[in-house]
Amino acid sequence: MSKNIATRDSYGKMITELGDINKDIVVLDADLAAATKSGMFKSKHPERFFDVGIAEQNMMGIAAGLAASGKIPFVSTFAMFAAGRAFEQIRNSIGYPHLNVKICASHGGISVGEDGATHQCLEDFGLMRLIPGMVVINPADDVEAKAAVKAIAEYQGPVYMRLGRLAVPVVFDEETYEFEIGKGQVLKEGDDLTIIVSGLPVAATLEAADRLKADGVNAEVINMATIKPIDSELIVESAKKTGKVITVEEHNVIGGLGSAVAEVLGEENPVPVKRIGVQDEFGTSGPAAELLKLYKLDTDGIYEQIKEFIA
Amino acid sequence: MQTQELKKIANNIRKSIIEGTYQAKSGHPGGSLSAADLLAVLYFDTMNYDKDMVDDPDRDRFVLSKGHAAPALYGVLAEKEIIPKEEIKSLRHVGSRLQGHPSMKELDGVEISTGSLGQGISAAVGIALAGKLDEKDYHVYALLGDGETEEGQVWEAAMFAGNNNLDNLTLFVDLNNLQIDGTLDEVNSPLPLDEKFKSFNFNVIVVDDGNDIDQLKQAIDQALNYKGKPTAVIMQTIKGKGVSFMEGEVDWHGKGPNEEEYKKAMKELEEAGEKL
Repeated sequence: MSKNIATRDSYGKMITELGDINKDIVVLDADLAAATKSGMFKSKHPERFFDVGIAEQNMMGIAAGLAASGKIPFVSTFAMFAAGRAFEQIRNSIGYPHLNVKICASHGGISVGEDGATHQCLEDFGLMRLIPGMVVINPADDVEAKAAVKAIAEYQGPVYMRLGRLAVPVVFDEETYEFEIGKGQVLKEGDDLTIIVSGLPVAATLEAADRLKADGVNAEVINMATIKPIDSELIVESAKKTGKVITVEEHNVIGGLGSAVAEVLGEENPVPVKRIGVQDEFGTSGPAAELLKLYKLDTDGIYEQIKEFIA
Repeated sequence: MQTQELKKIANNIRKSIIEGTYQAKSGHPGGSLSAADLLAVLYFDTMNYDKDMVDDPDRDRFVLSKGHAAPALYGVLAEKEIIPKEEIKSLRHVGSRLQGHPSMKELDGVEISTGSLGQGISAAVGIALAGKLDEKDYHVYALLGDGETEEGQVWEAAMFAGNNNLDNLTLFVDLNNLQIDGTLDEVNSPLPLDEKFKSFNFNVIVVDDGNDIDQLKQAIDQALNYKGKPTAVIMQTIKGKGVSFMEGEVDWHGKGPNEEEYKKAMKELEEAGEKL
């Protein structure tokens, strides 16, 4: 865990690299190329980069038309303006015809920081999960984000991927890490409880699990980068072993990872579930680290909420 | 193709519209009838397109941005023998490929799924952009409703098409002056459309009678010969055109004819066809 890297940077690097090899890749942005890092692609492949201006709804439609003509459009803006503002365009122009569009939205979650609630998307997993056939991915670090960008470029069909603004610790080893759409990974084995985590809070959750271990609690930690289709098999297998499940996500506890896991367990293997995340409220302005503390998504916050749950 | 032949095809499309919306007991005959002449001209005179070309990367494309005029699109696809004529009767029925609004996943010949207004134009822009990227010669045509231009997304798309000089794109606006809640003026008029499109860097052509085959042919010729900008053809039409009791009647925007109305409409269209 030597350096921190924002997953938006990982996206910018990887899409530029893929653009060298695959000439069908076209990148669109809505006046946020410097922030989403799609600008890296623009510098290298200006002829296949299009800035549509501040018009996200049109951007989704143009992407649909490009995909219908055999291109592989990667579309970037902030999560709020992709999943939120352009929801119906994504649903009707991309999801319904199942077109090969990759929506790579940065600035998800409260870790956007100072910009505040209008820009802190806490609903994107829920909104995108509701669209039939949509794959929803939320990488945790640089290694996972790069591997995921590569995987979705090869996958045929619509994908929503959330990327972060904040530089986060690199938790995975580039040499050994393997990404597969729809598969979770056991990061730590344990018998006492299962913690399923996605995205930014993975690093803090691993630290919280270390503290639990010091208290004599052996937590199994599962990384769930793909929120849809969710890896039900792995969830059920672990829940059968531990008998209680905690989910951790930088999202409203309604609609996202916690809901997806609770749905699986409710139908297949009912056990007590605790959903850690933003408790159905809007974000607020402040430095990202302070907000993660405020919303109890830092190591202390996650550890304390788990302790309360198992007490 | 000769004007007389195109008139016959337009009349056949109108019969399909009445047949389909009668069988479906729903649908949008008014705005489908107003567009029948344009579809006849595009598919039988203008476009490089045939039944064996539905997946041809070089084909010209037509996008029905006003997706509720699906019965007109199905009518012309039936004339093109892409769907059997008998299938028109399945419009809007469970299991039919002829969805209430066109679905590209269900039916070859639908270039992009539409129905939610303002979205087809963006996809048409994307298809035109792909044509430029691939240095293809195909042309993209899209039909919008006049009420549809009240959607902000239409102008987002127009801004991009104009600024990117997509001269392989021609938009038609079906100016029949009626939308669900009344006339354009009564609701929230988007007029004047010619000046708006001009200011969005479009070549603009105004067609006084968008139900006149020769005027449409002439406008399309002008559009195809214009280089450097996309073209918007603002065509004045009559909603419900070709069925006397539907013409100019907003009530016929979104309902199917009953048996009596169906028979009357079909009789009129049969008679019109015999005269051609």
